[in-house]
Amino acid sequence: MQFSEQWLRSMVNPDLDTAQLGHALTMAGLEVEELTAVAPAFERIVVAEILEAAKHPDADRLQVCKVNVGGEVLQIVCGAPNARAGLKAPCALVGAELPGISIKQAKVRGVESFGMMCSSKELGLATEANGILELPADAPVGQDIREYLALNDHTYTLKLTPNRADCLSILGIARDVVAMTGAPFNAPEIVTAAVTDTQSKAVKVAAPAACPAYYGRVIAGVNAQAVTPDWMLRRLERSGIRSISALVDITNYVLLEFGQPMHAFDLNLLQGDIQVRFATAGEKLALLNDTEITLKADDLVIADNQGPVALAGIMGGKASSVTNATQSIFLESAFFTPDVMAGKARRLGLSTDSSYRFERGVDFGNTLNALERATALVLEICGGQPGAVTAMVGQLPVRQEVTLRHARLVSVLGIDVSIAQVGQLFTQLGFAYRENNGVFTVSAPSFRFDIAREEDLIEEIARLHGYEHIPAITPVAAQGMLAAQESQRSKHWLRDAMVQNGYQEVVTYSFVDAAWERDLYGNQAPIALKNPIASNLSVMRSGLWGGLLDALDYNLKRQQTRAMLFEVGSRYVRTAQGFAETATLSGLCYGSVLPEQWSSATRAFDFYDAKAHVEALFAASVRFVVEQHPALHPGQSARIYAGAQAVGWLGKLHPQWQQQYGLTQACYLFELDVSALSHTKVPAYSEVSKFLPVRRDLAMVVDQNVSAQAMIDTVMQAKIANLQQVKLFDVYQGKGVAENKKSLAFLVLMQDTCKTMVDEEVDAIIAQLLEIWSAQYAATMR
Amino acid sequence: MADLNHLIAEAQQDFAACNDVPALENAKAKYLGKTGSLTDALKSLGKLSAEERPAAGAAINVVKQAVEQALNARRDSILAAEQAKQLASETIDITLPGRSQSVGGLHPVTLTLRRVEELFHSIGFSVADGPEIETDFYNFTALNIPDNHPARAMHDTFYVECGNDSMEHVLRTHTSPVQVHYMQDNTPPLKIIAPGRVYRVDSDATHSPMFHQVEGLWVDEQISFANLKGVVQDFLQKFFERDDLTVRFRPSFFPFTEPSAEMDMSWNGGWLEIGGCGMVHPEVLKHVNIDSEKYRGFAFGLGVERLAMLRYGVNDLRHFFNNDLRFLQQFIK
Repeated sequence: MQFSEQWLRSMVNPDLDTAQLGHALTMAGLEVEELTAVAPAFERIVVAEILEAAKHPDADRLQVCKVNVGGEVLQIVCGAPNARAGLKAPCALVGAELPGISIKQAKVRGVESFGMMCSSKELGLATEANGILELPADAPVGQDIREYLALNDHTYTLKLTPNRADCLSILGIARDVVAMTGAPFNAPEIVTAAVTDTQSKAVKVAAPAACPAYYGRVIAGVNAQAVTPDWMLRRLERSGIRSISALVDITNYVLLEFGQPMHAFDLNLLQGDIQVRFATAGEKLALLNDTEITLKADDLVIADNQGPVALAGIMGGKASSVTNATQSIFLESAFFTPDVMAGKARRLGLSTDSSYRFERGVDFGNTLNALERATALVLEICGGQPGAVTAMVGQLPVRQEVTLRHARLVSVLGIDVSIAQVGQLFTQLGFAYRENNGVFTVSAPSFRFDIAREEDLIEEIARLHGYEHIPAITPVAAQGMLAAQESQRSKHWLRDAMVQNGYQEVVTYSFVDAAWERDLYGNQAPIALKNPIASNLSVMRSGLWGGLLDALDYNLKRQQTRAMLFEVGSRYVRTAQGFAETATLSGLCYGSVLPEQWSSATRAFDFYDAKAHVEALFAASVRFVVEQHPALHPGQSARIYAGAQAVGWLGKLHPQWQQQYGLTQACYLFELDVSALSHTKVPAYSEVSKFLPVRRDLAMVVDQNVSAQAMIDTVMQAKIANLQQVKLFDVYQGKGVAENKKSLAFLVLMQDTCKTMVDEEVDAIIAQLLEIWSAQYAATMR
Repeated sequence: MADLNHLIAEAQQDFAACNDVPALENAKAKYLGKTGSLTDALKSLGKLSAEERPAAGAAINVVKQAVEQALNARRDSILAAEQAKQLASETIDITLPGRSQSVGGLHPVTLTLRRVEELFHSIGFSVADGPEIETDFYNFTALNIPDNHPARAMHDTFYVECGNDSMEHVLRTHTSPVQVHYMQDNTPPLKIIAPGRVYRVDSDATHSPMFHQVEGLWVDEQISFANLKGVVQDFLQKFFERDDLTVRFRPSFFPFTEPSAEMDMSWNGGWLEIGGCGMVHPEVLKHVNIDSEKYRGFAFGLGVERLAMLRYGVNDLRHFFNNDLRFLQQFIK
C-alpha cells in the first residue's frame, strides 16, 4: 500500500514529523517498507511566466527570455525548444540548489542569464523530460514551486499483513493513526447527491451470500473527456496509480480513499437489468486487460441480459467499459464476501487492487458512502445528473461479541495495563464495548475482519500499548534435567568423526537435476516438483552423491586438486504411504590421500582408504558385500550390512560417470544411513583374562575371487571353542603363488579364560579351522 | 725380571693410534691378549722363586693396571667421539613442517545450529525434527492457514508431484510444522527447538530456494509474551556474546501465533530483522488437543543463515551453498 503523506494528513495530522509518523506506523504493525520524498530538497524555485523569447544572437538552439518571476523581470537564456512567450514554467533563481546544479548568474555565449527555466527532470520529479515543465495558465507567478505543486510531500509504502485489510485505504490508515496517537480525525464528508435524473437500473442479486450488499446508480450526461484535476492526479500518482481518464481516475481515487473498489459501466452498453450471479461454466468474458477468460461455475459475475459484463470484485469487462465516448454511466459499489473472493483472482492469474481488497475484507459499512463520494466527485469533475440509488442489501456479516478478560490479557502479555487503559484503547480503536468486573465485551466495527476471539483483542491492546513497552523477562519454570541416552550418537558426533578423518562438510540442495537421479541412482521416476525454480533443481534427491560430485566439480574448476567432502542430510523416496525421508551421511574422496607435502610420498585415494573411514563410523561391526550400484564401478562396489539390514554403499565412481564429470582421477563415494550409525553400546565390563592368548599365523592360498571376509565369517560362525579372533594381516600375489590364486595371511588368536592353553589344544583348533577352509574354499596352507 | 714400565708408554701410544673400538681391541691383544706381553710376563712368574714372585707379580700388576686404565680411557674417548658423530649426523631441520593429515571442518550453518542447540539445551530445550516433504495440512491448515488464505501467498511454496495420491504435498516453507507434530506426540509442558531445511520459490542475491530455520516452542501454564522477549533476548545476547544487545518486537501477523511479532535486534546503532514470533494461536493448540485455557506457549522462528552471516561477517548468502572450499575452510576451528 503506497500513499501520499499529505493525503493522510488531510484526514489526521498528528504532532509527529515524517520520520516519526513512519516509526509510529511501523510500531503499530503497519510496517513502513519505504519512505521517499516526492521532490528533492531545493528552494528558490518559483512559478514564472515567459514574457518574451528571442533568438540568441550567437547560438541557434538558445533563446534569450524575459521572465516574470513575480515582482521582477529577469533575463534568462534557455535551451528548451518549448520555451515561448506566454508559457508558465518553474524558474530557478540565482542561489537555488538543484540536484547536481547550482544556479549562478552567468554569461551564456556572451549573454547574461539570471536563472534557469526548469524541466521536471531538473526538479527531480521525473527521470526523463522533454523541455521545460509547462504549468497551467492560471499558475500564480512568483509562488514557490514547492507550494504550487505541493512538493513538500512524501510517499510511504506499507508492507501490510493480510489481517489488516482495513488499512488498504487512506481512511483506514488515518483511523489507525487516530487510534495510536489520539489525534483528531477529519474524515471526508459524505454528501448525499440530490437525484436529478429519472433513470435507474434494476439489480437482481442471485447470489446473496456472496454479495450481501450492492449499490448502483446511473449518472447521466457526464463528460467522459473531462480532465482529471491536478490535486487528484497528484494523489493518485503518489499512490502509484496511473491516470487513465477522469471517470476511471475517480473510481481509483475512491478505492484508495475508502478502500472500496468501484466500477463504472457505460450505461448505454448495458442491456437490461443487472444481475449478480455465479457464472455458468463455460461462459466467456472479455476483460479490460484484453484477455478473454472462460468462467467456472464458482466465479461470481455481474451480468446484464446478454451475459457477464464484469468479473465481480476482480475486473470489469471490456465491452461495457467507459470510453471517451461514454455519455452516461452506471456506477457500482458492492460488498463481495472474502470467502467467495478468496483464491479466485489467483486462480485466474489476475490479482487486482480490487480483488486484493475484497479477498481480505472491505468495510461493508461504507459501501453506500463510497458510492455517494464517487458520485460527488463525478459531478464535480465530469458533471452529469445522478439517478436514484438502487440498493440491494441482504444479510451483512454480523460482528459477534468478543470477550476479553483483563486478567488473561495481563497474564498472556506479561505487562501491567489497567482496566481503564484497556477501555481507553478500545475507544481509540472505535470498538464498542462494555466492561463488567474486568471482563470486556467488545464488538468490532464493520471495517475490521480480524477480531473474532480473545487473542485478537489481546493483540490489539498489545499493539496500541506498544510492543516496545513489553518487558523482556526470562521465564521461571520447574527445572528437570533432560534425558541423555549414552547409547545414542548424535548427528553432531558423526559430523565430528568425519571432520577428525579430514572431511569438509558441505550443504547441497535437496532438489537436484533429474539426470543425476537417473545416472547415479538409476531413478527413472524421481519425486518431481510441480514448480521447480530451475530445470536442474527439479527433483528431490534419492541420494546425496550428485550434490557432492557437483561440489567437487565446482572446486576442481577453482584449482583444487583433492577433496574430502561430506554432507549430512535427507534423501527422499516415494512410499506406499506417501514419502519417506532418510537421514543420510554421504562422503566423497578424490585426489591424493594426503595434502601435498615434503614428508610423504603422494598416493591417490583407493577403495580401502574410504573403507577405513566408513568402518571408523560404525560402532558395531558391519559386513561389506559385493553388490552392484548404478553409480559405482562394478568391481569396486560394496553394499554395507549391519546384521541383515542394508545400511549403505561404498565404492569407486563408475568410470563412465568419472569421464562424464570430467574427473581425471578416481573418486570414491559412500552413503550411509544415519540411524545405523547412531547406536553404540553402553560399555559393560567383563573380566580381563589372567591367561595370555595364543597367536598362530596362517598363510592360506585360495582362488583370487575368494573373499577374505567370507573365510573369516565362516570360521567365526562355526563357533569353535576358545577361538577368539581371526584377522587378515597380509595379502600376497606373485612369485611363489600360482596364477589366479592369492595368499592370505591370517593371525589367529585363541584363548581359554580359565587356564593356559597347551599346544595340543591349539593344534586342534587350527586343524578344525583348516578343515573348514579347505572344505569350503579349497584353501591350502602356503 | 725385565723392567716392564716401558710397556705403559708403548700401550698408550698404540691405543692413541686407534680410532675405533675394533682397532683398539686389536691393540689391546698385544698387551693383554692370550699372547700379550703382560700375559706372558704373568705366565713367566712361575719360573721365579717363591721369594721373588710377590714383588715381581706386584710390579707386573701395576703395569697391567696402568695399561688397562689407558685402554678404558681410550675406549671411552672413542665411544664418546662416535656418539657425538652419530648425534651430529642425526641432526634434522626441526623447522620443516610436521607430517600433515587432511584437515576437515564443519559448514558454517552447522556451526551456527550447533551453537543455537547448545544454548537452548542449557535451559532445557530438546531438539525435535520433522519431514521436509510435508502435507498441506501440517504446513498450512494445522497452523491455522486454511485454503485460499491470503497468508499462503506470503509463502512462495514448492509443490510436490504426488502421482495418484490425492493429498497435496509441499516442501515445508517453514519449520513451524514440527511444532504440530511434536505437540501431537507429546503433552505439555513442552520445550523444543526444531532446526532444519526449509524451501521457498525465491532465488536472488538475498534469497535462496533452500535455507535453514530454527523453530522454538515453549508451552506451559504461565508462559507470557514478555517471557518470549526475555528468552529471545537472552539467546541473542549469548549467541553474539554481547550483553548490550536488545530485542525489539514489532507487531506482525502469522496465522499460527497471536499476538505475533517481528523480532528486531539492535545492531551497530540500528535494528536488524532477525525472525518472527508470537504466542501460539489457540486454533493451533486446538488442532493438537491442547487445552488453550490451561496451557499457552510461545513460538519463534529464526533464520539460521542470517545468524551465521552476522556472527561470522559473511556478506553474501550464496556462499553458503556454493561449497567453495576456500570459503568453507575459513570456518575450520
